[in-house]
Amino acid sequence: MNNLVILPIIIPIIAGMIMVIFRKNIKLQRFFSVLSTIAISISTILLITQIHTNGIQTLHLGGWKAPFGVSMVADMFSALLILVTSIVSLCCLLYAFHSIGKEREANYFYPLFLFLITGVNGSFITGDIFNLFVCFEVMLVSSYVLISLGGTKIQLSESIKYILINIISSFLFLVAIAFLYAMTGTLNFAHLSIRVAEIGQEGLMTTVAILFLIVFSLKAGLFLFFWLPGSYSAPPTAISAIFAALLTKVGIYAIIRVFTLVFYHEPEVTHLFIGILAAATMLLGAIGAVAFWDIKRILTYNVVVGVGFILAGVASYTTEGMTGSLYYLIHDMVVKALIFLLGGTIIHLTGTSKLKEISGLIRLHPGLGWMFFIAALSLSGIPPLSGFLGKIFITEGTFEAGYLWLGGIGLFTSLMVLYSIMKIFMNVFWGYTDLTEEKEKGTTKGLMLPIGILTIITIALGLGAQGIHEYVDMAVEGLMNPSIYIEAVLGGNLSQ
Amino acid sequence: METLMSILVGLLFAIGVYLILTKTLLRIILGTSILGHGVNLLIITMGGLKKGGPPLLGIKNLTYADSLPQALLLTAIVINFATTALFLVLSYRAYKVLGTDDTEQLRGIKDE
Repeated sequence: MNNLVILPIIIPIIAGMIMVIFRKNIKLQRFFSVLSTIAISISTILLITQIHTNGIQTLHLGGWKAPFGVSMVADMFSALLILVTSIVSLCCLLYAFHSIGKEREANYFYPLFLFLITGVNGSFITGDIFNLFVCFEVMLVSSYVLISLGGTKIQLSESIKYILINIISSFLFLVAIAFLYAMTGTLNFAHLSIRVAEIGQEGLMTTVAILFLIVFSLKAGLFLFFWLPGSYSAPPTAISAIFAALLTKVGIYAIIRVFTLVFYHEPEVTHLFIGILAAATMLLGAIGAVAFWDIKRILTYNVVVGVGFILAGVASYTTEGMTGSLYYLIHDMVVKALIFLLGGTIIHLTGTSKLKEISGLIRLHPGLGWMFFIAALSLSGIPPLSGFLGKIFITEGTFEAGYLWLGGIGLFTSLMVLYSIMKIFMNVFWGYTDLTEEKEKGTTKGLMLPIGILTIITIALGLGAQGIHEYVDMAVEGLMNPSIYIEAVLGGNLSQ
Repeated sequence: METLMSILVGLLFAIGVYLILTKTLLRIILGTSILGHGVNLLIITMGGLKKGGPPLLGIKNLTYADSLPQALLLTAIVINFATTALFLVLSYRAYKVLGTDDTEQLRGIKDE
């Protein structure tokens, strides 16, 4: 029992509810939102040190012991993700201060942002599959409003598709939960793991596993990403950056959690299926990224490639592959937020997202240009930046598992990602400068700080990988050995 | 009883999917709503339809109702209600701003 576990959910939801009351007081809302993200970061750092020394921390809500009550479980994997979430969301908030506009700020942007964080953190920390559904919904309902907030034409037409897709996938999630409950009679992850191991993962159980995979794939954009490029390019930069950094990652988290803890008995069916989907996702995403000449489209297709690459490591189901997936997951959250903020800043300055209408920006904004260059290298996994280590481990893992084709496609699409992102760099920053400072549509005032922070983080994650190595190893050990998780949650109640 | 319920669930799913595949926004929303009812019935059926008996493990009552699916159902209904309300409001706004509720014409709308 450790009350620290629930703070990442409690802090943003209470702060958000207070901010709803003070709708007009924007300064107070800004202050509270920054304060709460910092508070989450600090509490999560404390939590990580406790997990590091004492193992997985749990909290059984209302004192109802697992598997009867709802438990919150913070293992190293989820704690690391919460820490990265709070840092990335802090940067997106700082960016939003100078870019989101008065109208959105006065219409509950900050409370909604915090409710989104609540849902994301809740999904990471819950130990109960139905509670995972509820946290998904908290996150999704906030994202429905955030994506349509402002009500421009493109936002409205895209948000309708986004909502419909997510409502249907939520129903499929419920169907999968209903079938799973009928077969196992429990909803607690740890208890599910025991029951599924007892019953054996026969044909019907694997079918349910695939149903879960379809649901989470819709959320993560694994193969079923047809809705993603449109929806993520509709809202303003700060919102699409937080979507790109967090929302797909929650789906990836759910896939990793479910397929390492519960449905890990038939890797030759389920994990191979994930691998095939990941390969298709990487290829299709990379083709999209190469084909378009629009900054927003290229960046959203890069999100898709990232999802495929992370799950390639999961598909290998080896220690190396998992380590790589975790490194790459952390890297991807940081660098996707960074590249979206950079792309948004370019659009903000020039007033267009078409590559052919922009050139020679480096003369006016050298800092922006260099940071874009670093982000581009990091995104495609050039050493010593943060993407490199994840790429190495994932490729090694897929080779070790005998999926040469998967690792090969991963490396091939990295080159396509590099090409697509360098295409932006060369067109936007090189060439003849036809823009003058007077003709610019906006300023970079205040926008460079969050971008700078994220750039430093991506460099630090690459150079200082040794520092987080210990924590990542612990997280992967927990993922590869479900018994650690089960022991921590159920403790002496194993016989039930 | 379970078989009958399963058939009903399948029927509701079929109607829901049919409505979602139509072109009018309002029909799509009604379709999601019906699909939601199908899912709710499925959850309650999956928990097992038992006749009588309080949800307690008593000494005399050997049959007891499983209360967990009902709790899940209640949560699912509330969430379904909220998302449907939001979806309705949003589609009304979209109809006002975009001037159409036909999904064919909603395709390829560019900004401003």
